Amino acid sequence: MSALPVAAPRAALSPLVRLAAVNKVFSNGTVALKAMDLAVGDNEFLSLLGPSGCGKSTVLRLISGLGEVSSGSIDWPRAGTDATGEPQRDLSFVFQEPTLMPWATVLDNVVLPLRLAGVAKTERIERAREAIRLVHLDGFEGAYPRELSGGMKMRVSIARALVTRPKILLMDEPFAALDEITRFKLNNDLLELWQSQKWTVIFVTHSVFESVYLSNRIVVMAARPGRVFSELAIDAPYPRDESFRTSARYAELCRVTSESLRKAMAQ
Amino acid sequence: MSAGTRDRDDTAPVFVQEPKVLGIPRSAIPKILMPLAIGIVTLIAWDAVVRINNIPYYILPGPLLVGETLIKDWGTLYPSLVITLQIMGAALTVAVLGGVTLAVMFSLSKWVELSFFPYAVILQVTPIVAIAPLILIYVDDMRLALLICAWIVAFFPILSNTTLGLNSADHNLRNLFQLYGATRTQELFLLRLPAAMPFFLGGLRIAGGLSLIGAVVAEFAAGTAGAGSGLAYRILEAGYRLNIPRMFAALILISLTGICIFMIFTALQHFVLRKWHESAVKREN
Ligand SMILES: Nc1ncnc2c1ncn2[C@@H]1O[C@H](COP(=O)(O)OP(=O)(O)OP(=O)(O)O)[C@@H](O)[C@H]1O
Ligand SMILES: [Mg+2]
Repeated sequence: MSALPVAAPRAALSPLVRLAAVNKVFSNGTVALKAMDLAVGDNEFLSLLGPSGCGKSTVLRLISGLGEVSSGSIDWPRAGTDATGEPQRDLSFVFQEPTLMPWATVLDNVVLPLRLAGVAKTERIERAREAIRLVHLDGFEGAYPRELSGGMKMRVSIARALVTRPKILLMDEPFAALDEITRFKLNNDLLELWQSQKWTVIFVTHSVFESVYLSNRIVVMAARPGRVFSELAIDAPYPRDESFRTSARYAELCRVTSESLRKAMAQ
Repeated sequence: MSAGTRDRDDTAPVFVQEPKVLGIPRSAIPKILMPLAIGIVTLIAWDAVVRINNIPYYILPGPLLVGETLIKDWGTLYPSLVITLQIMGAALTVAVLGGVTLAVMFSLSKWVELSFFPYAVILQVTPIVAIAPLILIYVDDMRLALLICAWIVAFFPILSNTTLGLNSADHNLRNLFQLYGATRTQELFLLRLPAAMPFFLGGLRIAGGLSLIGAVVAEFAAGTAGAGSGLAYRILEAGYRLNIPRMFAALILISLTGICIFMIFTALQHFVLRKWHESAVKREN
């Protein structure tokens, strides 16, 4: 089994979003990203892997339009622009914390993006219920966030991201605070949704095992300043399930990825 | 997420009713009985002190005499109570409307906040007894003057609490609203105002008590010049006539008013927040 080649992904041909020589310097002088290049294509499952503080969250926030790049550019070659000249990104963001409104029920939380977009009432409730079903929370529409477990709150947050049927889903360590069993279960749920919904997912994680299990491409980042250290193609076929998790191929891929991460951290 | 067997690891919530005695949850009974017992013991002790020492009623009337006066003088006391309540209610309403409106303006524009907040603080830190005589001079209508005094003290807790609440909406939630292209109005009504609710209600509870204090203090500042006014006027008037039992009776009415307001706003706070806010939710672990 050969070591993994530096990926030459289909993203390069016609990317959904492309970061070119992006620098991000915060006002306190921290250089969060330096000369960051990244292209993300259709139906990719891309993981950003790297040590704490290497700028993974910063990349997601910049892609989503929260915050400005200091220099360089973020292009959306195939997206139109809205009235203010902003690209129509058509994305959803799952933050590291569930970020639910505590005063609103599960249904009201999930409906929020549609409500903000001015979707008609009956339609938006219909669609929110469907999203809640997708994450297996039907029966909890009327519950308040405080009545839910950590994993259930995370699923509400995922349902809220799905409800707009986005082209791109950004996920910032969404399962970091969960126990292994729940995490595996949500990993499987996510993979299944990804395959059925044909999205692009950009997934941030600290975990080598998680990134290998989920992604078809891993971008390993190095810190101080944050930059791309290497790219790995994970060519194992989907659907992936528990048998993949225990296979020799998986172990090998994890070993190679760990090695790359170790080198990135030694930089 | 295998087809066929849908693994539902989460069971629907189950609600168990707490046993009730006379319609009151059992756990709430000590909360009612204990203060009641203390109150009765105090009344008995008061009565005993008056009887044993033979204290004349124009120095310290016993509780029974005070009760009797309350009933006998109801014809004079009740209209005063209504006036005090009206002044309070009006002051509180204006304070809520003004305080919330100004707080919303503060949250929408940093410039408005920078320009006006210091003056709100000045209003708050200047003692109302010091301002009241001036207001009484410049405002001819006695009721209106009292209302302004009560408003001044009730206004600030509403303004400062609501401002704090509007600004304390979760930062990630704000990003989320921005991401989904929320307008300012949407952000205000769907995010900032609900987030401010617990703070506002806390401010309202303080403002309720303060508006009573403001109304009473201003009336004292007016002295007996302000003929035929609220409960404080009755206390002053009875004091000049050495009608000590009536002073006590009016005092008790003022205290009862304060207690009622506190209880009403506490209940309101509980009712509005019971579903979601830590302060009102019943913890089970
Ligand atoms: N608002 C900010 N102001 C100043 N510096 C910031 C800000 N946000 C992030 N940084 C800095 O930018 C760098 C990258 O931060 P970022 O949050 O992107 O890291 P990360 O890779 O997501 O880390 P983690 O895995 O711990 O979440 C860090 O050094 C951090 O201190
Ligand atoms: Mg992060």
